[in-house]
Amino acid sequence: MISTARKTLPALAPAALALASAFAGAPARAEWNLLNMPVGVTELSKQIYSLHMTIFWWCVAIGVAVFGVMIYSLVKFRKSTGAVPDTSITHSTRVEIVWTVVPVLILVVMAIPAARTLINIEDMRNTEMTVKVTGYQWRWQYEYLDEGVSFFSVLDRQHDEIRQLSSGLDPKSVPDYLLNVDNPLVVPVDTKVRLLLTAQDVIHAWWVPDFGMKKDAIPGFVNELWFKVDADKVGTYRGQCAELCGRDHAFMPVVVKVLSKEDYKAWLAQQKAAAQPPAEGAAPAADAPAQASAPAAPAVIPAAAATAPATKPVASAAATPVAARG
Amino acid sequence: MANTIHADHAHDHDHDHKPHGLKRWLFATNHKDIGTMYLVFALVMFFMGGAMALVIRAELFQPGLQFVDPQFFNSMTTVHALLMIFGGVMPAWTGLANWMIPMQVGAPDMALPRLNNFSFWILPFAFTLLLLTFVVPGGAPAGGWTLYPPLVLQMGDGFPLMIFAIHLMGASSILGAINVIVTIMNMRAPGMGLLNMPLFCWTWLITAYLLIAVMPVLAGAVTMLLTDHFFGTSFFSAAGGGDPVMFQHIFWFFGHPEVYILILPAFGIVSEIIPAFSRKPLFGYETMVYASASIAFLSFIVWAHHMFTVGMPLAGQLFFMLSTMLIAVPTGVKVFNWCATMWKGSITFETPMLFAIAFLFLFTIGGFSGLMLAVVPADFQYHDTYFVVAHFHYVLVPGAVFAIMAGVYYWLPKWTGRMYDEKLGKAHFWCSTIGVNVLFFPQHFLGLAGMPRRIPDYSTQFADWNMVSSVGAFIFGFSQLLFVAVVWKAARSGAPAPQRPWEGAHGLEWELPTPAPYHSWETPPPPSVIARGAEH
Repeated sequence: MISTARKTLPALAPAALALASAFAGAPARAEWNLLNMPVGVTELSKQIYSLHMTIFWWCVAIGVAVFGVMIYSLVKFRKSTGAVPDTSITHSTRVEIVWTVVPVLILVVMAIPAARTLINIEDMRNTEMTVKVTGYQWRWQYEYLDEGVSFFSVLDRQHDEIRQLSSGLDPKSVPDYLLNVDNPLVVPVDTKVRLLLTAQDVIHAWWVPDFGMKKDAIPGFVNELWFKVDADKVGTYRGQCAELCGRDHAFMPVVVKVLSKEDYKAWLAQQKAAAQPPAEGAAPAADAPAQASAPAAPAVIPAAAATAPATKPVASAAATPVAARG
Repeated sequence: MANTIHADHAHDHDHDHKPHGLKRWLFATNHKDIGTMYLVFALVMFFMGGAMALVIRAELFQPGLQFVDPQFFNSMTTVHALLMIFGGVMPAWTGLANWMIPMQVGAPDMALPRLNNFSFWILPFAFTLLLLTFVVPGGAPAGGWTLYPPLVLQMGDGFPLMIFAIHLMGASSILGAINVIVTIMNMRAPGMGLLNMPLFCWTWLITAYLLIAVMPVLAGAVTMLLTDHFFGTSFFSAAGGGDPVMFQHIFWFFGHPEVYILILPAFGIVSEIIPAFSRKPLFGYETMVYASASIAFLSFIVWAHHMFTVGMPLAGQLFFMLSTMLIAVPTGVKVFNWCATMWKGSITFETPMLFAIAFLFLFTIGGFSGLMLAVVPADFQYHDTYFVVAHFHYVLVPGAVFAIMAGVYYWLPKWTGRMYDEKLGKAHFWCSTIGVNVLFFPQHFLGLAGMPRRIPDYSTQFADWNMVSSVGAFIFGFSQLLFVAVVWKAARSGAPAPQRPWEGAHGLEWELPTPAPYHSWETPPPPSVIARGAEH
């Protein structure tokens, strides 16, 4: 079959070569984690991964059976080998019932663990801390409720320079291109963390693949999700905004730094100390109605900058002009 | 009998009173002329939408931004989708319906010829409005074809143009659907019962009802966007007591049946081609009809599976997960019936059959990823990633588009009276099939590894598979020039086609002479011809 294509389409030879080299190059660098969903580092992400693999293997099994029958028919019942059609085979109620009932049973078998995991995902009881996450075009704000700590998280400046149109800079020159921020969300390990998600302007979605969870941040509404990072999984985890949110949708990463409980306490204390004087002032600013149109965001920045001095270059992503409304 | 009919129509041929020149097309009321216009229009739109897809894939060939501004990139993804769905696939189906339904039910023409003219001529205006958005301040729509507020409300001066374009497309679709229903209900030849119709008529009948049910819903949703933007309402703004998520519910109440509007006629075509080239009647004809109807019904109660991440109550998520999984059952029944049709057949591999077989394999792969997406917890990972992009392109490109091409190859001899070049057709098939898989299969990997959709630039670990995917895109895109060449060559200089070019083809269209006479069945086919045609 490939020879037919080659014979008739010499023009495509360069493309085919490029393709072949791409395929040859890919496995050299590609690891398993570039082909499949990450197992992740939380209870939920592991449950989700196992559901994903279960349904995947069901599909493979059904695929082997169905494609097997198709390929067998295509080979065995070729006219060129003298196959004579058996036109008496037109219907069979019994067979139709079998291949209606069997898939239903498979689906029931699949739906039970899926429902169980879903119930677990929706179980917001016994969360140990809460962070409010607000999406803006195009940055995230993290507010540690009850702690008076709040800051913005925007794409790392160096990455922002590289990603400009025709910057001439090599994306491969920095680690984790487009997946690095100035101020990551910091959370402790082995703690049930609840996120309250909302947005200031348009819908965003907060997503860290290693945590298994993604949820929309919707202006005017509050969504919630929880995660609990395994006790031995201290580290940095990266994700992105997953809901198209305008021009720079691709450039508002989510980075979460997971610390040991002690390190987290120290970090929090440091943040609080730095935020001391205007700590009370931060709360009303954070509660300001989240319904102004996009360019209202700068108004919030001074308060945030005051609460989190580490956040000085907040304006870098915000400086990109926002499409004016109306 | 066939010879008598042939003679009659050869005689009629000289008296078809067809107008000539521009008038023939502008004032067209003939189902074949209008069908041809629909198909040519769809082809133009496929190429425009395809060019936009190539801009997308060129930008994604490497990490970093090389060619376009992110805003323009977003316009490309948005308008690519709108052109392909509303300008490509849907008009192509209507074109095929126009050509084939009167011939297949034994009618001289569509029931409402002037309405037919109107529904076609709306389309060029609709798409002119849509494309005009590229040259007005603020640019073309860039918020995704799903038009989610509040983002869509940030659009510039093109916003009302886009809304009115969508209104017009909807009106055109509804008129086309009315015509199909009236034709099938009123114009069937005496003796042609509903359960004697070819599956293409059946799936189109069901599609037409879906269109009438949901296009007004879309019109309502975009009208609410319009009043939110210009007249101070706040249907979708929390600040005024509205809810942006309500738009998503309304949109997908249209959007999911829309998915089946795009694929049901494909099921019909494949259900005709596989029996024809297996030389064996379709297995379980009635089951196929019921399965199509079940799919259509279920399509109304699964919409929220497009939006599992918006934060629905647990009971809602469970309901939409189960209803979505349920759709796999009638769809599976269809695939099994196609397999059973080939079983103990006598199969040959002409180009229409090749496309139908590719449809069978690749649509099934799209079905599998759809099943995976139905599992809500896993969907929290898949949602809005390239896994979803891979999924819906597998069902729409080697699904709907391959079925359209299969249908064109299958019926082209009847339309033009000439055969296409089988060798060129097969070359087109193999380039398309290899290209489409190289293009879309790696996107499963990208999505699972964490690449969001609708981004112009990505982290470097996604570079390899994006490059492969882009190479596939260019192979697939340029292969379609072959398709144009095949059709052009066949229409100009193909060998004369016999009345029934495919040994195993059944259906009234094959009882007409080749090329089909201008006014298909001026006298209804006699019962014996209907019986022979309806052998399924």
